Amino acid sequence: MSTVVLETHQLLKRFGGITPTNDVSLKVHKGARHALIGPNGAGKTTLVNLLTGVLEPTSGRISLDGQDITTLAPHQRVRRGIVRTFQINQLFNELTPLQSLALTVSARLGISHQWWKPMGSDARVAGLCEKLLQQFRLDDVMDQKVNVLAYGKRRLLEIATALASEPRVLLLDEPVAGVPEGERQEIFDTINALPADVSILLIEHDMDLVFNFAKTVSVLVNGAVFAEGDVASISSDPRVKSVYLGEGGHG
Amino acid sequence: MSAVQSSLLGDARWRWWEMALGAVAIVSLFIPGGHVLLLNEIAILALFAVSLDLILGFAGIVSLGHAAFFGFGAYAAGLFAKHVMPDPLVGLAVATGATAVLGAFCSVLVLRGSDLTRLMVTLGVAAVLYELANKLEFTGGADGLQGIVMGSLLGRFEFDLYGRTAYAYSLVTLIVVMLIARRIVHSPFGYSLKALRDNRLRATSIGLSVNLRLAAVYTLAAAIAGMAGALMAQTSGFASLDGLDFHRSADLMLMVVIGGTGYLYGGIFGAIAFKLLHELLSAWTPQYWLFWLGLFLVVLMLVGRDRLIRPWTWWSRS
Repeated sequence: MSTVVLETHQLLKRFGGITPTNDVSLKVHKGARHALIGPNGAGKTTLVNLLTGVLEPTSGRISLDGQDITTLAPHQRVRRGIVRTFQINQLFNELTPLQSLALTVSARLGISHQWWKPMGSDARVAGLCEKLLQQFRLDDVMDQKVNVLAYGKRRLLEIATALASEPRVLLLDEPVAGVPEGERQEIFDTINALPADVSILLIEHDMDLVFNFAKTVSVLVNGAVFAEGDVASISSDPRVKSVYLGEGGHG
Repeated sequence: MSAVQSSLLGDARWRWWEMALGAVAIVSLFIPGGHVLLLNEIAILALFAVSLDLILGFAGIVSLGHAAFFGFGAYAAGLFAKHVMPDPLVGLAVATGATAVLGAFCSVLVLRGSDLTRLMVTLGVAAVLYELANKLEFTGGADGLQGIVMGSLLGRFEFDLYGRTAYAYSLVTLIVVMLIARRIVHSPFGYSLKALRDNRLRATSIGLSVNLRLAAVYTLAAAIAGMAGALMAQTSGFASLDGLDFHRSADLMLMVVIGGTGYLYGGIFGAIAFKLLHELLSAWTPQYWLFWLGLFLVVLMLVGRDRLIRPWTWWSRS
């Protein structure tokens, strides 16, 4: 049994009468390729917001490496290695891709508070940025402002920014949303190429992508964990099928 | 050096127009004539405007009460010169430091809420300080703080009636602050301000402490505004309620908007344009100059700064 990195204990979030996260106890193992699936409105994004500290849980705990992080501020969790991407791009529109990545890398290296030396005077920053820019084919647009980039490039930058933080636990919230069919696999190849000890939690509702990528799958329905297991058992689980087909039939 | 690193460091490279601006500033010290008082005021307003640009253009904090720090710095410098010692440089340092403390305290108030909240909070703080200065005994009330006599600069240069020493003093201070601010905006800290202005959620998600950074830049901007106020009090020998008045904050916002935000020099160009417009228009039509300023603003905002200098493009689709 591998070690658990990120764990939730009976996590619960209530908004008035709605309970988008209901008693969720989830274990993400070291090096996991773990997918979180569920129909629309199942509470996937709320769970990510709880894990990253954007929302505070009503009750329950979150631990990282066995240490309680439930009350840590979002930026402190990032420094401990929990990094996310957003379903809707969240970028620095007036910066260039290079500046965005250089700032993120500087934050990762703990030098983002330096106020006297120019950004990039540390040679490590340029080296890491160069690697990321090439990996995500952003080198040809590195000096253009983000708000003039094509959607596909911005999507790549969204993911590149997350990787620039050198995550230990990477939360991917529908990483290929809006990406043309042909380029999706390429993004997943990049994600797959991450070091084996990085744990990845993928939030997605495209089943094909999930079954290609993940080894473990948790199914979320109405805020609660409905089923959990390896890809083979989940993909053949008749209850999971009925949840998806049932929702699909009415939707 | 790789292309990536030279592109990163290239942002901090000196541009030709920056050098030209510096040359013009130095030449202006030696122009004979009676415009020195106006030039001194422009230099001080430019410094004040640069400080607003740091929070508005870089960190995205809107403020309609920046005069609070200007006025506070002016009173601090005036009181220090009257009651402690008349040395201008020590006074400038003390007033700047005192305003920084006030800024750090006020920064807590601008961390939360929307732009409108911030606008109202800054407005409120300035109003509170205004009435305090109006009410208190030692600030001279409505008469202001009069009879501030400054010692000579560096023990050698007396502040004379023509204001040449005063202008040199203000200009050198402005240049020194610009050199420092220029380093700051090209540093990782400077870029992080732009980042949190653009997207606070993402800034947090790359591990930046948004509140700490906002507090830091707000304190810095307050200190620079206080420095501008101190220069005003020291070079005019007078600190008054006018320095804390709402119109100061509003004029300042106009200067920064006219000059353009977020590239550091907007405050300087804005202060020059605003002051010259003021001088020209009020010489021509003393009572109604605001009409023309208002008209200019409307045209500027609708047409945009880039197209303003190319009138033939005003009606084309952009």
